[in-house]
Amino acid sequence: MADVKKIATRQGYGEALRELGAVHDNIVVFDADLAGSTQTAMFGRVFPDRHFNCGIAEGNMMAAAAGAASMGMVAFASSFAMFAAGRAYEQVRNSIGYTGLNVKIGASHGGISVGEDGATHQCLEDFALMRSIPGMVVMSPADAVEAKAMVKAAYEHQGPVYMRFGRSPVPVFHDEDTFTFTIGKGEVMREGTDIAIVANGLLVAEAVEAGKLLADRGVSARIINMATIKPLDEEIVLKAAQECGKIVTCEEHSVIGGLGEAVCSLLSEKRPTPVKRIGTPDVFGHSGPAAALLEQFGLCAANIAKVAEEFARG
Amino acid sequence: MTANEKKMLMVNACKVRIGVIESTHAAKAGHPGGSLSAAELFAWLYFKELNVDPKDAHKWDRDRFVLSKGHCAPGLYAALALRGFFPWEDLKTLRHIGSYLQGHPDMKSIPGVDMSTGSLGQGISAACGMALAAKLQNNPCRVYTLLGDGEIQEGQVWEAMMFAHHYKLDNLCAVIDNNGLQIDGPVEEVMSPYPILDKLRAFGWEAVEVDGHDFDALEGAFAQAKTVKGRPFAIVMKTTKGKGVSFMENQAGWHGKAPNDEQCELALDELNTELARLEAM
Repeated sequence: MADVKKIATRQGYGEALRELGAVHDNIVVFDADLAGSTQTAMFGRVFPDRHFNCGIAEGNMMAAAAGAASMGMVAFASSFAMFAAGRAYEQVRNSIGYTGLNVKIGASHGGISVGEDGATHQCLEDFALMRSIPGMVVMSPADAVEAKAMVKAAYEHQGPVYMRFGRSPVPVFHDEDTFTFTIGKGEVMREGTDIAIVANGLLVAEAVEAGKLLADRGVSARIINMATIKPLDEEIVLKAAQECGKIVTCEEHSVIGGLGEAVCSLLSEKRPTPVKRIGTPDVFGHSGPAAALLEQFGLCAANIAKVAEEFARG
Repeated sequence: MTANEKKMLMVNACKVRIGVIESTHAAKAGHPGGSLSAAELFAWLYFKELNVDPKDAHKWDRDRFVLSKGHCAPGLYAALALRGFFPWEDLKTLRHIGSYLQGHPDMKSIPGVDMSTGSLGQGISAACGMALAAKLQNNPCRVYTLLGDGEIQEGQVWEAMMFAHHYKLDNLCAVIDNNGLQIDGPVEEVMSPYPILDKLRAFGWEAVEVDGHDFDALEGAFAQAKTVKGRPFAIVMKTTKGKGVSFMENQAGWHGKAPNDEQCELALDELNTELARLEAM
């Protein structure tokens, strides 16, 4: 994919905010001294009167966003995933989740691919934390085009939404002119019958690559982009379980509490099916270049193909 | 404020106290101490200050009130019932299974409640967001919030204080109920928040200290709040925790404990005697 255009999903977030801001005057955007990184500055440059830097105070930011939403605004609140979902968890739960207010959390720099900053900034728990809040929609786009469409869908959705974006540029494989996004709907990227690989975030591109590697080795793998972790697209998972018989999940998240567990929970109750989860094991990350870390933790096409092939043949 | 208005407010504050005792007794749980210390404030807000209408509870330009010290819901609920947002009899369902009167304010189920609160420190942040949005919308409403003096130990409160000053939220008025006691004891022994006024002023707020049981003092402070431009306003109310029920006054133990049958009867005797005295004035 050397010639494929690469853009970080957080950039799609910033562009979407800027486009939405031009159409809807009820959008306000809050940030916590990371506007340049989360890309909300793209909105702030055009709509400075509706962009509010809260300083390094994520708890206040989340509850203030809730207050603004209670007045009929659609409030976007952004920080790194570690601080949006982690530090401000309780404010998100009580002031946004419990109230059901129209706050959209745009969390950037999720996952191990934050890279050099190391473990304190590599959030591998946000899906787990946010999934546990009743009514919270939890999503992670595969590329910048999907990110942009997701943000617009989040604006239209009534109620709290958590979106995780990445720091690193990732291949863009959706066509912005034709792509449509629906919250809660998975997307089959490649048909297959021997095994299904369900991925989200930057691992979708890796899973698609793995699908090609597997095809070369005679394994027919179905690749599913599961951008919405909650509510989970049960239909697409159950169909994959029925038609492929085995499922591999891939996420840039702890194997505890994320997409893998969501898929396992569904299958264990509705259609018991063998599953292998690819994610970070129950350990903290560490510093290093994003690509090296992803490879080290097995979050790459080569490892996905290896795990899936052994699983399919086992 | 006329003499009649003042009498009406004193009567309503006493009725709020009766509601607090009746509801926490029926719930066998809840927080009477800090509800009683803020009874005059609740009466002032709902019978003098706030532009709210029980018949049009969601009107866009209503003044907002956020009970940041959400555990004092019994006081808020009594005031809302008195003002006509829901039937007084419902107070006795407080904290019961199936009741809309949740242990802490729930904006989704309770008429007149503008923000769900209970986790300390978050209400004032929400109030900041409301005040900010009101300015963007050219909404003439004012936003009020009530905090506890223990609550201001939460770091988030000071994040919000910075925010309110930074964004010049002169449509925001924060009241701190300085009754001096929290669950574990006197606030200055648990973790001193003092000097409160100096802190507020250092954070850029205009701030005054008043006797929170004196309606004349409250009137002066709330009038002053509306004259301040370009910065938020805070009122530190010196109050007595458990005010109005002799055996609850200045007792940290009554922070979060309901009166039993005998205590309820004693308390209601005192309050009804006071109510009769006020009404005869």
